[in-house]
Amino acid sequence: MALYNIFDISGSGMSAQNIRLNTTASNLANADSISSSINQTYRARHPVFEAVKDSVVRQETALGGVTVKGIIESSAPTRIEYRPEHPLANEDGNVFLPNVNVVEEMANMISASRTYQANVQVADTAKKLLQRTISLGQ
Amino acid sequence: MAINFNNALGVHQQALEVRGKRAEILANNLVNADTPGFKARDIDFRQILSNAQSSRMGLMKTHKSHIDSRSNSDFHEFLQYRIPFQPDTGDGNSVDSQIEINKFSENALQYQASLNFLSNKFKGLKKALRGE
Repeated sequence: MALYNIFDISGSGMSAQNIRLNTTASNLANADSISSSINQTYRARHPVFEAVKDSVVRQETALGGVTVKGIIESSAPTRIEYRPEHPLANEDGNVFLPNVNVVEEMANMISASRTYQANVQVADTAKKLLQRTISLGQ
Repeated sequence: MAINFNNALGVHQQALEVRGKRAEILANNLVNADTPGFKARDIDFRQILSNAQSSRMGLMKTHKSHIDSRSNSDFHEFLQYRIPFQPDTGDGNSVDSQIEINKFSENALQYQASLNFLSNKFKGLKKALRGE
């Protein structure tokens, strides 16, 4: 029954969006994490999604859903500010700020949340359809 | 005269199966809305339904090496790519969430319609059996 697969598919989508929301939370929380060297500076992280290959289960093709292939660090340049009075400033008086784009992260958060909602709705609809199918003929 | 479910239920049982499969395909499109390089897919309902109907009859096998023309519950060969409204999204993804959600809701309603048809068929059969 194809409708049962929808729970797996939507579940994979919810889990992937959950990871995306997690990275967004991490990025936003570290948006102002100042460090004294460029190597220790926090860099914005983003997940890369990948479609799972279709598999054949009992002579029937099951669609795979989505998975997180990996989490990449943003290659955007980190910000350098001259703040000699800062306790973390290096010998030149510079501090290093993360390359987190807060506006972009907020947009990411909204997008993840909406996609999550869509997946929940799909699973809910599939559940209702299955319930009606089970009670068929009663 | 024996009751034959295939004759009594008509096309609706196959329709239900195809609707269920389509729901799965559309759900898969939706979860891959943010996957780079993913292309949205769908099926041609008319084509797949006529195949599901004809697979009931099929060809007779008179030799063990004959290919079975009936066993066709696999929909994979009928999957087609959707033509996107926006050809280049920057990451090669052709899923439009709004379209997929609408198609999914539409498909869910059609599934319920098929269920209602089936339910009425069963009610008719019950009435005939009771002979009231």
